[in-house]
Amino acid sequence: MAADPIVQVRDLSKLYRQGDIDVTALNHVSVDIQPAEFVVLMGPSGSGKSTLLHIIAGIDRPTSGDVLVQGINVGNLSESDLATWRNQYVGFVFQSFNLIPVLTAAENVELPLLLTRLDRKSRKEQVQAALELVGLGDRLHHRPDQLSGGQQQRVAIARALVTDPVLIVADEPTGNLDAKSASDVLDILRSLSSRSGKTVIMVTHDPKAAGYGTRSLHLEKGEIVA
Amino acid sequence: MTVIGFILKNALRNTRRALLTISSVAVSSALLVSLMTLERELTVPPEAEGASLRIIARNKVSLMQPLPAKQLSAIQRIPGIVTVTPFTYFGGLYENEEFTSFAQFAVDPVPFQSIIVDGPVIDGSYEAWVKNRTGCLVGADTMKRYNLKVGDQMRFRGTFYPCDLDLKIEAVYQGTVDDRNIFFHHKLLDELSGDPGTVGTWYLRAESVEVADRVIQQVNDTFANTSAEVRAESERAFQMGFVSMWGNVSNLIRGVNLVVVFTLVLVAVSTMSMAVRERFRELAVLKALGFQRRDLFGFILAEGFGLSVIGGAVGIGGAWAFWTFSDIQQMTNGFLIVFEVTPRIVGMAAAVASVLGVVSSIGPAISVGRMSVVEGLKTLD
Repeated sequence: MAADPIVQVRDLSKLYRQGDIDVTALNHVSVDIQPAEFVVLMGPSGSGKSTLLHIIAGIDRPTSGDVLVQGINVGNLSESDLATWRNQYVGFVFQSFNLIPVLTAAENVELPLLLTRLDRKSRKEQVQAALELVGLGDRLHHRPDQLSGGQQQRVAIARALVTDPVLIVADEPTGNLDAKSASDVLDILRSLSSRSGKTVIMVTHDPKAAGYGTRSLHLEKGEIVA
Repeated sequence: MTVIGFILKNALRNTRRALLTISSVAVSSALLVSLMTLERELTVPPEAEGASLRIIARNKVSLMQPLPAKQLSAIQRIPGIVTVTPFTYFGGLYENEEFTSFAQFAVDPVPFQSIIVDGPVIDGSYEAWVKNRTGCLVGADTMKRYNLKVGDQMRFRGTFYPCDLDLKIEAVYQGTVDDRNIFFHHKLLDELSGDPGTVGTWYLRAESVEVADRVIQQVNDTFANTSAEVRAESERAFQMGFVSMWGNVSNLIRGVNLVVVFTLVLVAVSTMSMAVRERFRELAVLKALGFQRRDLFGFILAEGFGLSVIGGAVGIGGAWAFWTFSDIQQMTNGFLIVFEVTPRIVGMAAAVASVLGVVSSIGPAISVGRMSVVEGLKTLD
């Protein structure tokens, strides 16, 4: 028997207003994602894949429809509750790494933990473990400008998983990386899904990257077509 | 890492900008403190201990109009007056000076001794001055400034009076609110000017504070409807009359203060706006990671407030140290005697710096609070 889906998207629509015109980014999308799945969202630019990712991750609001993550209807949460929910349930990996340049790798990874009740020692241990998991245990005190692109993205992955979230969302995480670094990052994401049981949802244009996922969803004009 | 450490690293990420911001707030705060102190020194004259007992009677028409010397006996008959002396401003220039910053007054030395009770003689002899018609009593500040000693001669060129003075220093006093002035015999002035019948003002001392108001009223009444009506008032009120002449200067200083504060606000708001704008994406990332609006508001507020307060502390502290340890008399050629940066001025300047920190952060903090994560990430991607 299949497990209960960790993410349930029900009849989700998102409309943007550009000037006087309403643009449909998502059009009645429904999809279930199972625990430990590595789902890849693909599609041409403007197909709505990033919008779907943002709404599932709770950084954007739907126009209609529901998104449930572990039974919690994300759309019903207040701004404040949503921020807390994101901290506990979601880890983010962005295309351009988005590390804070004045902080070291360890400090960047520690950032989401500042919102928890963990003491300094426990935070340090978790940061160390997360950075070791991505192979950067020896780069704790390096600032982003002292790391390569691939290393920076691995720090971003460590930051995403340091709070032990159920969901990791990655928006074109290999878009700014060379082939070798991209392969390393994708290996880590796959490993998080297959070995650590994390649910990973990744947006990408790259068919090679899509090969790392357990399932691919193709979007066009705001609808899942395959 | 702590939240405070995170805020500090952000505030100092652009060291040059942080230092320039701190410097601009520091310089403006120092200017503000200096101008407020200047305004205070010009509008709040120092008050001597015996000032409440001393009364000055001048011509009701104008301070520039003399009074007849014959009024003396009438004043002496008024009950409640301990002593009275003529008190006439000579307004001479010392030696070859183009501007002399200390005043010379002609007085009657005997009754005057009961009036200048705040300034005991510290060198020479008061009696020697009383006996020497061409002697003078000199303030300690003037002695020090011109490196004078008892027995030296002081020469003044008359400006109001058509005569010059050549005075021998017989005694030195110290301890009044203004230890620069010089006093000499009124009889000498009468003799040199050839006009023994007039005085500039009358300087009286009342028996007690309780009778001072009555004495003032009686002096005024005594000469009402005469050809030389007088206006008697306490020494304090007399000083405030002079101060009122600074009215426009005071408004000018306040105007400059307002401009300084307004400019400071613009600088601080601009700096904080730039600092926040250039890391909009980072703030969006923090939001995505779970930081609340109030957290981001707190970060920005703490940063703006911190920079302003540091700048304020440097500027206010610097101004306090500078004015406390510099010789204001020498710097202003005797125009100002003291330049005291009072706790009230320090408090007001500190409040301005603090409010500035808050005001400069509110706009950027609100825009960050309203920013959606998606928009924030798109902005700089």
